[in-house]
Amino acid sequence: MSNKRFTPSVKLTEADVTDQNVFNGRRKLLKSMGFLGASSLLASSGQANAQLFDLFGSSEEETKKPSSYLPLEYKKSKDKSQVLTPYEKVVSYNNFYEFGTDKSAPAAYAHEMTTNPWTLKIDGLCEKPTTISYDDLHNKFPLEERIYRLRCVEAWSMVVPWVGFELARLIKLVQPLSSAKYVAFETYANADEMRGVKSRFAGGGIQYPYVEGLRMDEAMHPLTLMAVGLYGSALPNQNGAPVRLVVPWKYGFKSAKSIVRIRLTDKKPPTTWNILAPHEYGFYANVNPTVSHPRWSQASERRITTGGLLARNRTETQLFNGYSEVASMYSNLNLKQNF
Amino acid sequence: MKRLLSKPLRISNNVRVTAKTLIHLIVLGYLGGLFYFGLNDALGADPVKTLIHNSGLTAVILLLITLVISPLAQRLPCADLMKFRRLFGVYAFFAALYHLAIFTVFDLQMNIGLLISEIIRRPYITVGLITFILLLALSLTSFDRIKRKMGKHWQSLHNYVYLTLFLALLHFSWSEKTLLQTSLYYWLVAFVVMTTRSMKIKRLFKFK
Ligand code: HEM
Repeated sequence: MSNKRFTPSVKLTEADVTDQNVFNGRRKLLKSMGFLGASSLLASSGQANAQLFDLFGSSEEETKKPSSYLPLEYKKSKDKSQVLTPYEKVVSYNNFYEFGTDKSAPAAYAHEMTTNPWTLKIDGLCEKPTTISYDDLHNKFPLEERIYRLRCVEAWSMVVPWVGFELARLIKLVQPLSSAKYVAFETYANADEMRGVKSRFAGGGIQYPYVEGLRMDEAMHPLTLMAVGLYGSALPNQNGAPVRLVVPWKYGFKSAKSIVRIRLTDKKPPTTWNILAPHEYGFYANVNPTVSHPRWSQASERRITTGGLLARNRTETQLFNGYSEVASMYSNLNLKQNF
Repeated sequence: MKRLLSKPLRISNNVRVTAKTLIHLIVLGYLGGLFYFGLNDALGADPVKTLIHNSGLTAVILLLITLVISPLAQRLPCADLMKFRRLFGVYAFFAALYHLAIFTVFDLQMNIGLLISEIIRRPYITVGLITFILLLALSLTSFDRIKRKMGKHWQSLHNYVYLTLFLALLHFSWSEKTLLQTSLYYWLVAFVVMTTRSMKIKRLFKFK
């Protein structure tokens, strides 16, 4: 199994949405319009307005990725069935509360985070605990591209071409003990570089570091990816540089960003959103259209692509986000109780 | 009450007309501009969300301005300011209508069944709808003719504006994923605005 390349299932047909080039071509040049509304009085909506201005560059400038994001060597995905979310949207619309609760805050502030040098420690119930450096992240395992749907618990979704390696490779490397039943993730938290960690208010009242967890079989599943890049280059900081988890059949908050420690354990690890609101966010957080969030429906989602207001981008949400190959892991689990 | 100016401030007809024109231009320009940029996919990654957020905020801000006008008119003093109050109030309703329309047409994409089930099942949307209906009632009864017809009932109906603000802020806070977010600033501003009218509010509760 280890040498055969795993291909995730895809079930998406959306012919009516456009790709990155068309998106850029459509952009209007509205550079110099002075545009200030009542709601720009406050910092966070000011950012929304700033974002509005930022988008009026020429299309040429926009497609160029900042040179600071290292181009990666990787095996390209052959999957052409899904319309990708444009690069600009993937890197400007993020939930990364360590930099603020507004979706545009990570893009505005994440550059203050140091991602190189980096140490990722893997320890706990294993024979060979190890640490991985920034360079190891790109060189230790062969990198490959995986085009995954990302379904946010807030009922929007994107399609992102990640570059990374399977988490299973990393776990095998440290030789887990048979007593290891869960994998706990801890992410970077540095008050000097992250305004949301420094100020409880800016960070949405969350206790940092952000922690997440998976069951061992979920962590070993070939879909579970450690991403180090997207769109062919190293991850932008706001997307969780230099290394993040991507678990495509679970809501986005499970896919922890900027990971510094992975610990193998025999106990179900605490997870940040579950601690904060246990009746709203469970440990499993599998995408499931029939289990609604207490405050909103999860039956459908809006796919973020292109086309502005008129895009007919609402689609039905699928069980496990359409990745039906994971279903067998949950055959004995009541998904309504274990949401 | 302390007065800020020794002589009452007067606003001439010309100034009033100019100021009102400007207010129309700013509010309609802002909401229209947002819509235009949204159509052209120039409102960030998710133009629908940006529009919902900015229109909701606009409604709340206009409501706060509406509520600050009469204490300001008393304290300056400048009775002519009162001639602007209805304009802001009706625009608060208009922004809320725009907010609801964007949500229904572009977020739910005209799935009316989903709209109804969301209104019933999501408390924060239920509260939004109640707020909207209150704003609608206040706007419909804001014309001079109706106001005169309603006599003293008018004031008792329009005292619901305080409840409206409270519910709008509740809807706002409830829509956020965690408690410590932007809406707290608005609660703070609302609190300050309310303290300027504390006499009135005390009176309201005594006579009820
Ligand atoms: C039936 C009526 C209404 C519906 C269906 C509705 C719906 C919504 C929705 C879907 C959101 C966004 C939640 C999110 O995803 O973040 C929202 C936010 C908001 N709404 Fe409403 N709303 C209604 C009425 C109102 C009214 C009457 C006001 C104000 C007077 C208002 C003010 C706001 C504000 C301030 C926000 C938060 C904006 C932000 O987070 O930046 N809404 N509403």
